[in-house]
Amino acid sequence: MASMQSQDVTRRSATTTTPPSARHAAEPVAKLIDISKCIGCKACQVACMQWNDLRDDIGTTTGIYDNPVDLTDQSWTVMRFAEVTNPDGRLEWLIRKDGCLHCEDPGCLKACPAPGAIVKYTNGIVDFVSENCIGCGYCVAGCPFNIPRISQRDNKAYKCTLCSDRVAVGLEPACVKTCPTGAIHFGAKEEMVTYGQKRVRDLQERGYQKAGLYDPQGVGGTHVMYVLQHGDQPELYNGLPSDPKISPWVSLWKGVTKPLMSIGLGLAVLGAFFHYFTRGPKEEEPGGKA
Amino acid sequence: MSHVAIKSGDVARYSSNERVTHWIVALTFLLLAASGLAFFHPAFWFLTSVLGGGPWAKTLHPFIGVVMFVFFAFMAMRYWNDNKIQSYDREWNKRMSDVINNRDHGLPEIDKYNIGQKQLFWTMIVTMVLLLVTGVLLWRPYFAPLFPIPAIRIAALVHALSAFVLMLGIIVHIYAGIFWVRGSLRAMTRGTVTHAWAKHHHPLWYRRMTGNAK
Repeated sequence: MASMQSQDVTRRSATTTTPPSARHAAEPVAKLIDISKCIGCKACQVACMQWNDLRDDIGTTTGIYDNPVDLTDQSWTVMRFAEVTNPDGRLEWLIRKDGCLHCEDPGCLKACPAPGAIVKYTNGIVDFVSENCIGCGYCVAGCPFNIPRISQRDNKAYKCTLCSDRVAVGLEPACVKTCPTGAIHFGAKEEMVTYGQKRVRDLQERGYQKAGLYDPQGVGGTHVMYVLQHGDQPELYNGLPSDPKISPWVSLWKGVTKPLMSIGLGLAVLGAFFHYFTRGPKEEEPGGKA
Repeated sequence: MSHVAIKSGDVARYSSNERVTHWIVALTFLLLAASGLAFFHPAFWFLTSVLGGGPWAKTLHPFIGVVMFVFFAFMAMRYWNDNKIQSYDREWNKRMSDVINNRDHGLPEIDKYNIGQKQLFWTMIVTMVLLLVTGVLLWRPYFAPLFPIPAIRIAALVHALSAFVLMLGIIVHIYAGIFWVRGSLRAMTRGTVTHAWAKHHHPLWYRRMTGNAK
């Protein structure tokens, strides 16, 4: 996605100055995916393809309902189907709409070395500005959710934009608009949290005592949240991590090492420079010539 | 070294093959350091221009890295034995502060390389291998998709740390070879050093080369 909201950027990859942020009226937004209401119809996948003009290759059946079987540069959202047997022997079909969760503290943006290839807008949307992307795949290493995919054709990273272009002009994301069961909601983050909590209480009253809202604080919360019937076991939903965080390896790599190693190299050069002017060159001892 | 023609008044130190190999490694290193620093910290992003901008820098960096490693491997094999650390190196090392302050009088006699050069050699062996292995893990689009993401994260950190250590070593190497130790650079440009240089800095090597007992 090209940058649609260039003047309300709160974070910009590989940038040490303040990004353009004069416009700050936008309030944080969020998409709420209520898994208890999802029937797995994949209309959201179709809407995503259609709005974003994406067409994935025709795949092959692998014996599961997931189609395509994974996120790709052409499939920014995928329904993941999990068949789970409860302790009481009941079979449950847990269907999770996978895609970018738009972290408040995005690991992809932290890892990205290309200035402005990943931005986070005031409204919380994390967007790949693909014309700045160099295809290094560091975002893949940075992401705690295994979301970005690199295109084989153009070596650029792609993922859900949360329809930043639609949201910028006051529309809801395409998947939200199309969902026939009302499982996907979109609005102010605060309202979505309130609504999600209401749904959680409702589920708890209906026998899902451990229902919960998935808004993982390890990444500062997310701008895509889930209502889970089994909030205590997010892993049931095709490996949704229970406590996602930016990997400590990535934090080290993109944290203290950057200034420390840069300063270290600078000091080494300066050290050599001043050594020359204080100690001078090393010359052979006079009379050493044989 | 006997295959190198020794001009009168000079001592042969590096053959033309050795010099070409060294300068291939040196030039590829500079390109890799420039593009690598650009990916490492935004302050160095402008260095992507050296390889034609971000996408080209990202594409070329690993190929250039393989070239550097292959030619470095030739150097490593050729200089392996010369860089084994000997007892006189440890004695020499005890006087490192004198060496740094250019008080060279009475230093223990050493062979072709001093302890600092040997340390650089072994540092390069370790960092070059680490850079190659971790570089393969990071190499998109060809190899990175074959490895689990947690391994790629560790590889990225190790790649950056190894490059940092290597660059520190090379900064010292460039300073010592070009600016500090007078008469060294010509060993790698013309292939020879003066008798005085050889006798002063590497007396054991000098005697081996010339058969001169003095």
